Amino acid sequence: MSKIQQINRRDFVKFFGLASTGIILGCNVSSNKKEFLPQVDGMFTPNLFVQIQRDGNITLIASRSEMGQGIKTSLASAIADELEADWQYITVKQATGNAKYGNQNTDGSRSVRTILEPMRKMGAASKMMLITAAAKKWNVAESVCKAENHYIINSNSGDKIFFGDLVDEAAEVAIPADENIKLKKVEDFKYIGKDLKSVDLKDFTDGTATYGIDFRIPNLKFAAIARCPVTYGTVKSFDSTDAEKVAGVEKVIKLNKMDPPIGQFFGALGGVAVIANNTWSAFQGKLELDIEWNYGENHSFNSDEYKKRLTQRVHQKAKLVPGKKGDVFTAFEEADKIVEATYHVPFLTHAPMEVPNATAWFQENKIEVWAPLQDPQTARAELAHFFEISLENITINVTMLGGGFGRKSKSDFVVEAVALSKEMGTPVQVVWTREDDIKHGFYHSTSAQYLKGSLDKNGNVSGWLQRLAMPSIASIFKPLSDYATGSELNQGFTNNPYNLTNFRLENAKAEAHVRIGWMRSVINIHSGFGNNSFVDELANAANVDPVQFHLGLIGKDRVIQGKSEHPYNSKRMKDVLIKTSQMANWGRTLPENHGLGVAIQYSFYSYVATIVEVAVIDDKVKVKNTWTTIDCGLVLNKDNVKNQLEGSVFFGMSLAMYGKISTTEGAVEQNNFFDYQMTRMKDAPNIHIHIMDKMNEKPTGVGEAGVPVIAPAICNAIFNATGKRVRSLPLVDAGMV
Amino acid sequence: MTKLSINNKFYEIDVQDDMPLLWAIRDIVGLTGTKFGCGVAQCGACSILIDGRLTKSCSMPVAYGVGKEILTIEGTTQNLEYLREAWFDGNVPQCGYCQSGQLIAATSLLDKIENPTDKDIDDAMSSNICRCGTYSRIRKAIHKAVALKNQN
Ligand code: FES
Ligand code: FES
Repeated sequence: MSKIQQINRRDFVKFFGLASTGIILGCNVSSNKKEFLPQVDGMFTPNLFVQIQRDGNITLIASRSEMGQGIKTSLASAIADELEADWQYITVKQATGNAKYGNQNTDGSRSVRTILEPMRKMGAASKMMLITAAAKKWNVAESVCKAENHYIINSNSGDKIFFGDLVDEAAEVAIPADENIKLKKVEDFKYIGKDLKSVDLKDFTDGTATYGIDFRIPNLKFAAIARCPVTYGTVKSFDSTDAEKVAGVEKVIKLNKMDPPIGQFFGALGGVAVIANNTWSAFQGKLELDIEWNYGENHSFNSDEYKKRLTQRVHQKAKLVPGKKGDVFTAFEEADKIVEATYHVPFLTHAPMEVPNATAWFQENKIEVWAPLQDPQTARAELAHFFEISLENITINVTMLGGGFGRKSKSDFVVEAVALSKEMGTPVQVVWTREDDIKHGFYHSTSAQYLKGSLDKNGNVSGWLQRLAMPSIASIFKPLSDYATGSELNQGFTNNPYNLTNFRLENAKAEAHVRIGWMRSVINIHSGFGNNSFVDELANAANVDPVQFHLGLIGKDRVIQGKSEHPYNSKRMKDVLIKTSQMANWGRTLPENHGLGVAIQYSFYSYVATIVEVAVIDDKVKVKNTWTTIDCGLVLNKDNVKNQLEGSVFFGMSLAMYGKISTTEGAVEQNNFFDYQMTRMKDAPNIHIHIMDKMNEKPTGVGEAGVPVIAPAICNAIFNATGKRVRSLPLVDAGMV
Repeated sequence: MTKLSINNKFYEIDVQDDMPLLWAIRDIVGLTGTKFGCGVAQCGACSILIDGRLTKSCSMPVAYGVGKEILTIEGTTQNLEYLREAWFDGNVPQCGYCQSGQLIAATSLLDKIENPTDKDIDDAMSSNICRCGTYSRIRKAIHKAVALKNQN
């Protein structure tokens, strides 16, 4: 984190259009290396701001996209707490995608983890400045003054001054040095860790929340694009006569495929775009297009055959992944029992409720964009690359996001909008249909996994061999990336939470034939399903209770430092499991046809354990109850963490029960929510969430950590209820939904 | 010219008759609170009430709304107000995108059944998808809205 600094008032007005009165502080939080953008050397490039105005209003400018993780609310709570502000005076604004405002990527459950401390420090620094100003006014020592509920109080006289009435003086006070900024103690928190309501509640319930798809500007045109059904195919020829006859259609434009340079960006698929004066006409015009495609090399891609191919590969020796422990082969020779199993996860897609969309206005040498983006800075750099416009002349306004789940960090839809605006000379809003979204996604990878384990005479796991074949996310950035990468494997494969003496991981080849992208929880979905299903199979072979078996496998208390600031602590892993088993009353006698299943996962540095209760009647599964415990360190907004974990249950249930993208002749077979189904109200179980009180630990991921456990816990519960083992998702394919 | 009455206000718009109400309301009238989610009557994001009846506006032509009273999320009814309050109370939304449709569907439920059971809620609310997974909170909030109503 950089130092906190006062902000140049002119810049502030220019970039945020806000009055420049009062205290304006900013600081820079650089979070990760993924940054594609050059940060100007030596230039102060803040990405977090706080402004306190004369009327007492406090504005936070957050550099993260809001997409349902309640980030805005969480950050507001952090600053309000340290500042001793009254919650009602706080509003949160979204920064634009400008290089000046640091990394805005909201992927990887990173937001709270990286900006919590700077947010708190800015609050504390502002408070100290207000106190200094008040002490001067009263001519008393600073130690006599304290902040309380938007006032500075003179403890001797009982006098008090409103924050707003102090800002002019406080703005002249030097910002306290970093080492002098004192943060509150956990037990003194007033907002942090409490249940706070979303700051956007009103707008969510009266239709005024403005998402990307709601953005309007004069002379706006709407565009729908027909893309080749086969990934990376191109337009051979087309006839737009009928499309042009549709009322409202103004123009039909061929969009060339845009290939990104190796190693970065997403490019755009190209196709034929229909531009109209309203969305519906654009959609209709698109349906009337007659297009011949060059399907290209992915035309023969059939996901069923591919699944067989990956399965064969994991049944043969593959590339050894570094990190091997002991010797599994000797362990297998000496084993009392051997267990083998092969697991499959299909391709999945994000399907956020708000489809991908973007509004762009290309004018001579500048571009302005309004879009629901998780990673506006990459989008900006990408536009600079493709349209040869300098970064300063590209502004990205991040709207509210109607869900992202990773889809909206890929900026292909923005590139499309800019290309069309350039052709049209007007602002253009590209709107994907739901079919476009389902058929042209950045799919969550499919996988085949083979596991072989051995039990010794005492029923302990003596050997663990795991082979994975999974097309890699790296394939969208670099051709011939045919193996899962190290960082992908480090999501539950190389860093599983078990204490294994003999462990061997192998990586098998898997070529990509569709665009692969990260989706909520990413590779943990594969590792979570494979590991937890297999542990359950081992427990069954050992004839040991699955919770006890898990606890034994996690093993003795130990801390593994690793490279990050969040070491793995096996005790925290066991504690969440024990807590969950108590909540679920594990071991009780169950009603007929009911079963309990357990799963654990260490992901995004958080510890999660879930138990699911199912009823299986006539071979159909109904999820009755779920119990989840999370240890995610310090919690900012408890109710938001709960909401996220409840959502994770449904996200996990959707993929366990229904989620599957399949292809024939290179084209995705699913179309819309009738064949890419989601859990609905009727599927909703009773959800029980417990958040461990770990306010003295660093905050870790929440939004994604609760998903990977759901599918394996359901499958383990089905086994418990029926003795039937589901090793291939989704359940609907096994006839169980 | 097509005349629509939306939230007790008249709008005269120039559209082709077969344009779905959803797009007429969003793109022509300019009320964007009603959302597009699927376009094929599968998700409920576009829910509105037409003469009190729950309708998926993506799948009904604009002509169908003529001469009737349309309620969108920008409007208000007593039940909708109780529901809003309950939504606040339960901090229901995550991304919020589906919530217009959820609130309209819940309004229609309370209009029909004064004190819905969980089963009634399952039946009435299962045509609305929430990808963020706020179903448990929606269920609780509907019960809460009934409680609020009974208090008054
Ligand atoms: S948009 Fe109408 S039901 Fe989905
Ligand atoms: S709150 Fe995001 S889809 Fe329902």
